[in-house]
Amino acid sequence: MARIHSFESFGTVDGPGIRFVVFVQGCPMRCRYCHNPDTWDAGGGQEFSAAEVAREALKYKSYFTGGGGVTVSGGEPLLQIDFLIELFTILKRKNIHTCVDTSGICFDEADPRYDRLLALTDLFLLDVKHIDDVAHRFLTGRSNQKPLAFARYLSEHGKRMWVRHVLVPGLTDDDRALTGLREFLDTLATVDRVEVLPYHTMGVQKYRAMGGYYPLEGVQPPSPERVENAKRILRAGKYARGEGA
Amino acid sequence: MENRAWRDFERGKWCDDVDVRDFIQRNYTPYEGDDSFLAPATEATKQLWAQVMELTKEERERGGVYDADTDIVSQVASHKAGYFNKELEKIVGIQTDQPFKRSLQPFGGIRMAEEALKMYGYEISPRVKEIFTKYRKTHNDGVFDAYTPEMRLARHAHILTGLPDTYGRGRIVGDYRRVALYGVDFLIRKKEEDKSLIAGDMLPDKIRDREEIAEQIKALKALKAMAAEYGCDISRPAETAQEAIQWLYFGYLGAIKDQNGAAMSIGRNSTFLDIYIQRDLDEGTLTEEEAQELIDHFVMKLRVVKFMRIREYNELFSGDPTWVTESIGGMGTDGRTLVTKNSFRILHTLVNLGPAPEPNLTVLWSRRLPQNFKRYCAEISIKTSAIQYESDDLMRPEMGDDYCIACCVSSMRVGKDMQFFGARANLAKCLLYAINGGKDELDKDKNGKPLQVSPHFAPILGDGPLDYHEVVEKYTEMMRWLAGLYVNTLNVIHYMHDKYSYEALEMALHDSHVRRFFATGIAGLSCAADSLSAIKYAKVYPIRSEDGIVTDFKIEGDYPKYGNNDDRADEIAVWLVKTFMNMVKSHTTYRDSVPTMSILTITSNVVYGKKTGNTPDGRRAGQPLAPGANPMHGRDSHGALASLESVAKLPYDYARDGISNTFSVTRQSLGKEE
Repeated sequence: MARIHSFESFGTVDGPGIRFVVFVQGCPMRCRYCHNPDTWDAGGGQEFSAAEVAREALKYKSYFTGGGGVTVSGGEPLLQIDFLIELFTILKRKNIHTCVDTSGICFDEADPRYDRLLALTDLFLLDVKHIDDVAHRFLTGRSNQKPLAFARYLSEHGKRMWVRHVLVPGLTDDDRALTGLREFLDTLATVDRVEVLPYHTMGVQKYRAMGGYYPLEGVQPPSPERVENAKRILRAGKYARGEGA
Repeated sequence: MENRAWRDFERGKWCDDVDVRDFIQRNYTPYEGDDSFLAPATEATKQLWAQVMELTKEERERGGVYDADTDIVSQVASHKAGYFNKELEKIVGIQTDQPFKRSLQPFGGIRMAEEALKMYGYEISPRVKEIFTKYRKTHNDGVFDAYTPEMRLARHAHILTGLPDTYGRGRIVGDYRRVALYGVDFLIRKKEEDKSLIAGDMLPDKIRDREEIAEQIKALKALKAMAAEYGCDISRPAETAQEAIQWLYFGYLGAIKDQNGAAMSIGRNSTFLDIYIQRDLDEGTLTEEEAQELIDHFVMKLRVVKFMRIREYNELFSGDPTWVTESIGGMGTDGRTLVTKNSFRILHTLVNLGPAPEPNLTVLWSRRLPQNFKRYCAEISIKTSAIQYESDDLMRPEMGDDYCIACCVSSMRVGKDMQFFGARANLAKCLLYAINGGKDELDKDKNGKPLQVSPHFAPILGDGPLDYHEVVEKYTEMMRWLAGLYVNTLNVIHYMHDKYSYEALEMALHDSHVRRFFATGIAGLSCAADSLSAIKYAKVYPIRSEDGIVTDFKIEGDYPKYGNNDDRADEIAVWLVKTFMNMVKSHTTYRDSVPTMSILTITSNVVYGKKTGNTPDGRRAGQPLAPGANPMHGRDSHGALASLESVAKLPYDYARDGISNTFSVTRQSLGKEE
C-alpha cells in the first residue's frame, strides 16, 4: 500500500509525452520554495494499492502513444520504494514508459531494492536543489550528499536522466553555484536533458491554507534574463545521448 | 448556358437531380500539402476591414446597436441594395440597405421586435405594429393560444428554458450551394415537379405540403429579385468562382433576411467552392491572391450578420451570437480527405482579418486528416483560439460525408435533414421537484405559497438522510412527467412556427422530402449526477423552509464526482442521459420527427443556474450549472484527461444532437515551449 496525494491525468511537464502523474504523499525534505507543502506529511493522503494505482493509470493508455507514460512524483517517491517497485512491475508488464521524479534524498547504495527499481524505470527526473552542501542544507534542511551520490549511481548504471534545477532568485541562481552544478553534470554520462524551472508563487496559497507562514515571503519569480543566464550556464535543453559526458 | 457554367465538370447524376454531394465527389481535388501557397490580405480587403472595425467601434459607442430599421419588415427581397464600398467589395449584399443597420423581423413575435427596438431607443412604426397585432398573427401569438396552463407554468418556473416560442427557432441550414451549382430556375422547376407529385386525397398533411412548396417557390423567386437588385442574374448557375461564392452568399443572405433564427448556420461550403476556384486557377482567370480575396470578402460578410434582439437574449448567450457555423474538412466515405486548398483559405481568414468568433469555423476532425492540415489547424488555433473542433469519425458513420453542424454541435445532412430546435429541460431542477413533489423551490404562487408546477406528486418526507432508492424512484417519475410535457410543448411551438413563420427559403434549399429531427436538450447534467452521487455515497440531510419544502441540504462525508473518470459518478450521468432520452422517445413528435437530444448549453447554463435552488451536491442557489456536459466547476480534480474521459462516457447514441464540453487550456499547460 502507498499513501497518495493525488493524480493528474494530463501531465505534460513531468517527462516525455502525455503522462499520468501520481503524486505520492510524504517527503523528508523541507525545501523553502516547495510548492507542494501539502505532500510533506507522510501520514496524509489516501491509501492505494499498486494494483489500484495501475488500474487508474491504465485508463489513459491510449494517450501514451506519443512517448508518454506514467510518472511518479511527490512528495518523495523513493520514500515508498516498495510501492514503486510493485507499481512499475505491473506497468512494465503492460509496456508502459515509467518515470520517477525524485530528489534522490533517500538513496542508500547498500539497499538492493535500488537495483531492482532501476531495472523497472525508464527515466529519472532528478531534482538537484543546490550544488553547495551548506546552501543545500539551508535550502532543504538536508545535506546534498545522497542526491549527488544517486546521480552518480544512475550514471554508473547507464540509467537515463533529466536533471532539473529550480531557479530561486537569491537562493539558487548565482553564477558560481550554477557553474558548479554544470561541472558536476559534466562528470555524468547519462544526462539527456537539463531543465531550468523558474520559481513561481503558486504555492503561497497552499501555505496560507495550511496556516503556515511562507518562508519565501516577498521573493519574486526570476526575471527572464536570469532564467536565460541559468539556461546558458547549465547548457539547458536536450542533449544527444552521451553528450553530457 | 448550363454548358458554360458546368464546363470541365465531370457529369453524373447531379446533372439531372439536385445532388450536390455527387457533384463534389466527382469534381473536388483533395489537398495534402501545406499552407505555403496562402496569400495575404489585399489592399482592398484591408481597407474594407478597417471600415468594418470603425463601424463596430461606433456600434459599441452607440450602446450596441448602430442603426435599426423600424418600418420595413425584413423579407427576402424587402430592401434596396446596400454596400460598404461598392468599388472594393468582391462579394456584395447586406441585410438592409445600410451596413450595420439591423432589420425588423416581427414574424416570430411582434412584442419581442418592439421591445428590442425600445431597449435601444427606437420606436417601431405604428403601421407595422398595427399590421402585426390586428391583421397578421405571429408565431408567438399562435403558441400562447395553444399552450396549456401546465406548459405556461413550466415555462414560467424555468424547468423548461430557452424555448423558441418568442423568437425564431433557427438551426435550419439551407443548402446554399444549390443556388450556385444549379441557378434558381432549375431549383424552381424541381420544386414544381415535387409539388405536382403531391396529389390524391387532400387531407391536412398533403394540403400543408403543397402550400409549403408553393411558399418555397415564391421565396426562390424573391431570391432572384433580391440578387437582381445587386445586378446579378442568379436564375442561371454560377460560371466563375466569384459568381459561385456570390450566388451561395445570396442564398444565405436571403435566409437571414427571412429569419431571425437563434442559430443561422451556413453549412459545409469550402470544399464545394474549391472546385470553382480550382477551375478558375487552372484556366488562368484567377490568381491565388484573388481567390483569397474572394474568401476574405465572403467571410467578412458572415462576420457582420446582425439581428435585433432584446438585451436579456444577449445576456443568455453572453454576447450577440449568430452561430454562422461553417463546417470544414472531414473525410469522405471513400477514404479520401475532404480537405482542399479552400479549407486552408477559409481558416486563413483568421490571419488576414484577425480572430473573430463568427463565422464559427468548425473543423470536422478525423485521425486520418492530412498531417499538414492538422498542423495548420493547430497553428491557427494557437494563434487565434477561434477554431471549433468536432469529431468527424463519430458523426460520419451515421451522417455520411456531406453533413454540417448547425449552431455548435448539431449535425445534419446538408439539404436533407432539418431540425426542430427544442432548447432544454433542466434536470437539476427536476431533481428538486422530485424531492418536493413538484413544488418550485424558488417560485411562489399568488398566495405566497410554493408554486405547484407539476401535478401533485408525493414529496419526500422526514428530515433523515435522503434515501437513494426513494429519490431515484421519485426522480424517475418526475422525469417521465417532464419529458412528456416537454415534447408536447415543443409540438405546439413547432406547429405554430411552421404555420406563422415558415422558413420558406431555407426549406426551398432542402429536398422536399426531408428528415426532421426533434432536437430536445438537457441542462444541469453534472449537477444532477453529482447530487445523486452525494445522496448515494455521502449522507445528505434535507433542510426545510417554513412551508415544509426542501430548500437546502446538509452533506456529511465525501462522494465521487462526475469529471474524474470515476465510474461510480459517471455511471449516474450515463443513466440520466439514457433514461431521459428514452422517455422523450416514448412520445409522439410533431411531423414524425426523429427525437434526438443534446447536452450543449455553452453559456446559458449561467442563467439556468440562477433559476435553480440549492442542490444536494452542495451547489448554492443561483450559482451557474456547468456548461453542456462539463463537470461542475472545480470538481474535476484528476486533470484534463480524467475530465474528458468522464464526458466521453456519455453515450452519443442517446445524444445524437451533440454533446459539448467547454475546455480551455493555457499554452503552458500543454507542455514546455521549446
